Amino acid sequence: MRYIPNAPEERAEMLREIGCPTVEHLFRPIPERFRLREPLRLPPARSEAEVLAFSRELAARNAAATEYALFLGAGAYHHFIPSVVEALISRAEFTTVYTPYQPEIAQGTLQALFEYQTLICQLTGMEVANASLYDGSTALAEAVLMAERVTRRREILLADSVHPEYREVIRTYTRALGVNIRRLEYDPETGGIAQRGLAPSAETAALVVQSPNFFGVIEDIEALAERAHEVGALLIVVITEPISLGLIRPPGELGADIVVGEGQSFGIPLSFGGPSLGIFATRERFVRQMPGRIVGQAFDSQGRRGFVMTLATREQYIRREKATSNICTSQELCAIMAAIYLSTMGPRGLREVAEQNAQKAAYLAREISRQSGFRLRFSGSHFNEFVVQSERPVELVLDRLRERKILGGLPLGPYYPELRDCFLVCVTEMITRSMMETYLHVLDEL
Amino acid sequence: MKETPCHVSRDEALIFERSRPGRTAYSVPPLDVPTVPLETWIEARFLRTEPVAGMPEVSEVDVVRHFTRLSRWNYAVDVGLYPLGSCTMKYNPKMNERVARLEGFAFHHPLTPEELSQGSLEVLKTLEELLCEITGMAAGCLQPAAGAHGELTGLLLIRACLEARGDARRKVLIPDSAHGTNPASAAICGYSVQTIPSNERGLIDLDALRRAADRDLAALMLTNPNTLGLFEEEIEEIVRIVHEAGGLVYMDGANMNALVGIARPGDMGVDVIHLNIHKTFSTPHGGGGPGAGPVLVTAELEPFLPVPRIVRRHDGRLALDYDRPHSIGRVRAFYGNFGVLVRGLSYILTMGPEGLREVAETAVLNANYLAHHLKDTYEIAYPGPVMHEVVFSDKRQRAYGVRNVDIAKRLIDYGFHPPTMSFPLIVPGALMVEPTETECREELDLFIAAMKAIDRECRENPELVRTAPHRTRLGRLDEVAAARHPVLRWRPEDSRARSAASPESAEKERVASPEP
Repeated sequence: MRYIPNAPEERAEMLREIGCPTVEHLFRPIPERFRLREPLRLPPARSEAEVLAFSRELAARNAAATEYALFLGAGAYHHFIPSVVEALISRAEFTTVYTPYQPEIAQGTLQALFEYQTLICQLTGMEVANASLYDGSTALAEAVLMAERVTRRREILLADSVHPEYREVIRTYTRALGVNIRRLEYDPETGGIAQRGLAPSAETAALVVQSPNFFGVIEDIEALAERAHEVGALLIVVITEPISLGLIRPPGELGADIVVGEGQSFGIPLSFGGPSLGIFATRERFVRQMPGRIVGQAFDSQGRRGFVMTLATREQYIRREKATSNICTSQELCAIMAAIYLSTMGPRGLREVAEQNAQKAAYLAREISRQSGFRLRFSGSHFNEFVVQSERPVELVLDRLRERKILGGLPLGPYYPELRDCFLVCVTEMITRSMMETYLHVLDEL
Repeated sequence: MKETPCHVSRDEALIFERSRPGRTAYSVPPLDVPTVPLETWIEARFLRTEPVAGMPEVSEVDVVRHFTRLSRWNYAVDVGLYPLGSCTMKYNPKMNERVARLEGFAFHHPLTPEELSQGSLEVLKTLEELLCEITGMAAGCLQPAAGAHGELTGLLLIRACLEARGDARRKVLIPDSAHGTNPASAAICGYSVQTIPSNERGLIDLDALRRAADRDLAALMLTNPNTLGLFEEEIEEIVRIVHEAGGLVYMDGANMNALVGIARPGDMGVDVIHLNIHKTFSTPHGGGGPGAGPVLVTAELEPFLPVPRIVRRHDGRLALDYDRPHSIGRVRAFYGNFGVLVRGLSYILTMGPEGLREVAETAVLNANYLAHHLKDTYEIAYPGPVMHEVVFSDKRQRAYGVRNVDIAKRLIDYGFHPPTMSFPLIVPGALMVEPTETECREELDLFIAAMKAIDRECRENPELVRTAPHRTRLGRLDEVAAARHPVLRWRPEDSRARSAASPESAEKERVASPEP
């Protein structure tokens, strides 16, 4: 076995040395009747070349963004990843380490995470950020649990325009705790939160909204924060497309209390939805209620600056069942990828990419709505996603596009029955004008 | 001992402190569509008026040098032995990285129609089936993104199952040697936690278990082998007690490295188990993630698994099945940490059944080898036959005023990553060592020699140990002060204060710590 260094003779010697007659003898605490008599029924061991060939064959069965023009977003985005990201993150000194329990020999991870926390604060306009959660959906569920701890209230107002899968995760996480979830409808005209039904009460722990929302519409965070704060509730804002922060005013500036998000757009490949990156940021006064790992500055006896994991008294390995969460392993490597990506882009690069996303989306939206039988469904402000309403069956439209190697959008019927004649389109900087021309040509032919 | 610099000692500033206005590392192709005033697409009041303040402006060379230098301050498995008990820090095959980066996987959007996602779905389905065979369970879900996430999922499954039996219960039993995540997971699921003590052999106290196994018992969360590295020999009786009381047995599979190919939890009567793909199936831990924590269950619990399930249609095609009325729902968007799961599958396919068995055999042999050679030097609190890890304590060294944390820091000077410390909680001054199967005998011998040398130092020069590490760029960091006055982010004024305070001393520091 090539990953097990000791040769059979060495193994025999070691057994002799410790006074153990056979390897089998090492397992004597396991009751005889539970010990496998036969090998596991698994495929026989394969060579590296064979596993690679097998994996290539599987990978080739997917319609990847390298082969298809990808107009799919909805929580996972195809952005350009600068070469430095993979080059640096592939370094074994980043990948093959564990949680930095020994700060003196983990300063690389710790400093990079401190930089990540800073970048997230800068982008979101918040005061503190943790060193990552699993993904956007679980970060949002954790935010809801945190809002309960902070307000000691049991009701949340959850917008229908939050990613449907995120809403399901919230339901799974809160069901056992008896949280009452009330729906916030979207305005059928603008696609933003409808004013009617927006009635937080003295029972409300938090208003939970996404911006840009699942339809790509930017919410009026300032107004929502005001409504939440009137009754002493928190405003939780989730962002699935954080590239938008290069262009849009950050929720932290507009009164949000907790900002969570999916950070996959920051240099992390799509990878069929994971690993990705759960962003979590909040106000300083809530820091001790925050879930997850946090890195802080520390000094050694000679006054030299370093970094350590801090505020551990919130965490499960100290507080056990009274911890702010059960999170231990999360997505630190992805957080470092985001730090590398954001350092590479800088403020101007991020803005330029965000502008390209918005401009390209605006262009395609305008051109699609010029086609007969297609219109833009919502009138609100958008970033890089928008909903198209079609007079033709959505499946037919998307099938035709697929024939031209275009994944044209996400049908909304399965998520919103009232929008079964609609599909969600996403345009990033990876979409070229010629891809869009083909797209429009297919619509034109229908 | 004088400070002996042997690491890169450059005082690499924060990336923000390297920022110089006008530097760039990015490139973007020219915009190829006619532009419109942005305000016609986005209301002006929503737009940022200026780029994000404080973000670094650096060149590509700056980025590369910065993160490369940072990386060199880390100790990694690819550098040497990383014997963190219960964390299973073993070598991560390079081939797996190559597989995960195949374009068909890396650039595959999770909402691609099923018929154009057959490759990724096949990866997930195959892995699920192989993990069922390895654990002896009936079905599984790969969504959980980490071990603790798997615990949460598993307990929600138990809760749903008991509710379906019409017998909701409120209590979860957890041995005092358990991981901290276990009680925290139980609390999130709305359960009250009762601790079960260990007996004098370090195993579950069966009488205490019998007393606690009442009509309110929902589940026992058992780590087996436990965190003392001991196999719960009475597993059959433990399972019987819990089942007879009407509860279910949850197994924390973090220590499966000792059992894989040797014995299967499903055969022992376990109802739910989570695995840590990043431990047993060897994927890089990434400095604390990403991992993957699939849960495997018995047939009785299968209906409650999260949606979507991946199902094989009669024509052999794979599909996502959302029509599961008893499902607990999703625990994560999309399908889990796919990139980690791909690596896990590659690993299993490479090892095959004999290889996996050899993993457990070698991991256990290596741990016993360390135990054998160090047991006369360091106290072993529970000297049963150990599995893949062994817990020493600092009991003998404490006589010289040296604690486990000092021994750990001194090990750094000898070039090793320290073991897990102060855990399990029932062993005061614990040093929990897990060598794993990917360490060769020479590496183990070096570790043994270092541990023995430190023991000698404890007797001859305890101060040397107490003030370690001496050979790192930074000395011991003041974690207490860090928590009292938390500084959790950089602000522009921090750098100004820093450089204004002592530009000279900063310069001196640099001169005083040359490169090796």
